[in-house]
Amino acid sequence: MASLFPASRASAMARRGVHPLHGLLLAVPVTLFPAALLADITYLNSAEMQWSNIAAWAITFALLCGGLALLWGLVDALRRRGTLLSPLLLALAWGVGLVNAFHHSRDAWSSVGTAGLLLSLISSGAAVAAGWIAFGGGLGRREMAR
Amino acid sequence: MSRARLPLAALALLAGCGGQPTDVRQTGPNPQLPAQNQTLVPPMKIARPEAWGDSRPTVPAGFAITPVATGLKVPRQMLVLPNGDLLVAEGKGGHAPKLRPKDVIAGYIKSLGTTSVKGGDRITLLRDADGDGRPELQTVFLDGLDAPYGLALVGNDLFVAEQGALKRFAYTPGATRIAQPGWEVTKLPSRVNHHWTKSLAASADGSKLYVGIGSNSNVGERGLEVEEDRAVVWEIDRATGAHRAIATGIRNPTALAINPGTGRLWSVVNERDELGARLVPDYLTEVRDGAFYGWPYSYWGQNVDPRVRPQRPDMVAKATVPDYALGSHVAALGLSFATGGGWGGPFTEGAFVGEHGSWNRQDLAGYKVTWIPFRGGRPAGQPRDLVTGFIGPDGKARGRPVGVLYDAPRRALFIADDLSNTIWRVTPANRTASRAAPPRG
Repeated sequence: MASLFPASRASAMARRGVHPLHGLLLAVPVTLFPAALLADITYLNSAEMQWSNIAAWAITFALLCGGLALLWGLVDALRRRGTLLSPLLLALAWGVGLVNAFHHSRDAWSSVGTAGLLLSLISSGAAVAAGWIAFGGGLGRREMAR
Repeated sequence: MSRARLPLAALALLAGCGGQPTDVRQTGPNPQLPAQNQTLVPPMKIARPEAWGDSRPTVPAGFAITPVATGLKVPRQMLVLPNGDLLVAEGKGGHAPKLRPKDVIAGYIKSLGTTSVKGGDRITLLRDADGDGRPELQTVFLDGLDAPYGLALVGNDLFVAEQGALKRFAYTPGATRIAQPGWEVTKLPSRVNHHWTKSLAASADGSKLYVGIGSNSNVGERGLEVEEDRAVVWEIDRATGAHRAIATGIRNPTALAINPGTGRLWSVVNERDELGARLVPDYLTEVRDGAFYGWPYSYWGQNVDPRVRPQRPDMVAKATVPDYALGSHVAALGLSFATGGGWGGPFTEGAFVGEHGSWNRQDLAGYKVTWIPFRGGRPAGQPRDLVTGFIGPDGKARGRPVGVLYDAPRRALFIADDLSNTIWRVTPANRTASRAAPPRG
């Protein structure tokens, strides 16, 4: 892990900051994957289809903007302007999110169920962690990064 | 690094879906029902359209098939008038909102397998007075309609089931056009109209009209509130317009007809998708008064559908098993009984079924007209492929059968094809005019 996240590079990244457009794109999966998770929980508690529909749209837009943010993050990492850990976490969120998008296209209860909830949980956690690191949070190294 | 491969793994998983199941018998009174198989992506296979050119649908030896009308605007169901004129309802209805990304994507994919012609919202009249299979007249009989589908004539009252209302028109024998506006017998459930087609039949004595009203979803994914008054067959009093549901849980009763052997109402019904390529068989059944046919809670009797919540074991317990399975995803849209002795021989007693064809399986199903033999008013024996060749040797679709209609006085079977927008006519070969005959001047 250390090689993925050298302190020197993290602090350099934090000093420079994330490009505003990259940040805006990244903010979409960071917010919409958890939004889908909350909608899934509400669906499982209510069986109201609209909550599953909301989750499906949230996942779709998280994938659209998250895909662009992922490309941006990978290019930055390759050009040694940023950490690789954040794009890797975002890739995890994106891949699980893609499976979840198809899962949410099944009908009625099968659109969520236990599997959909777990997929939403994984992509939410991974996306939030990716955002935390990209925005300079680090892994307990926030003080150092500042 | 395994994390980085996850999207690839996901794609590989998707590509792995939709394999060929081993085949099982799914026609007749006791279809085999394999285990449910819900895949991540529903297997979709669309036969892309291709023109007929010089090719024709295939009929058994001793029969001939000719197009009697072309250039129609999405022909669906038909009616023969007492003077032999043929009416064809043309239209395309439904106004279901796209509620989620799937609706957008699946709607686009399915549109690749249908005609690009806009529905006519009209009824066309074909007059073939000399019965040679080449109508002298093809004219607009009634227009300004709203997705007309089911047709019935009682006395001189023509009933048209639009997607939102049952209308009555005064018919004058021999007329080639109705200009007078119709009278609304009753409104029909039209909210959403996911399954918009309103099938129609008159009772044997003409006093009652039956309207088939399809469900508003595959299996409740639009919410169960919009399913009120859906997946039912209504019995409507012809005089007052009062209605009651005689059958419920009947997912999509796309065609209704009176069995001439018993005088009772029968229907072809389209069952649910996305439980696997071999689930759930569409069916042909007598519509029993008071029966609940399971949708959405269960299928073919007590086979519970896990996608519906809250589940209703009380409703599952009540579900009636249909009479006769037609096969999974064949999309039966047409039903007509042979009357007056039919074509004789094996085609004396039985029903013609038009099968529009599947999208929810990799091996195409349907795309043909089948014959279901009956004995003593009940199905007896396996279906027989009657008209095939709607899928060409290149795997592309030339046509898709919808309504079928047996015209006893002319011993002709008419087939509405809503892909090539054609009406086909099948007759015993010795009774039809040769296609090579010179056009009458």
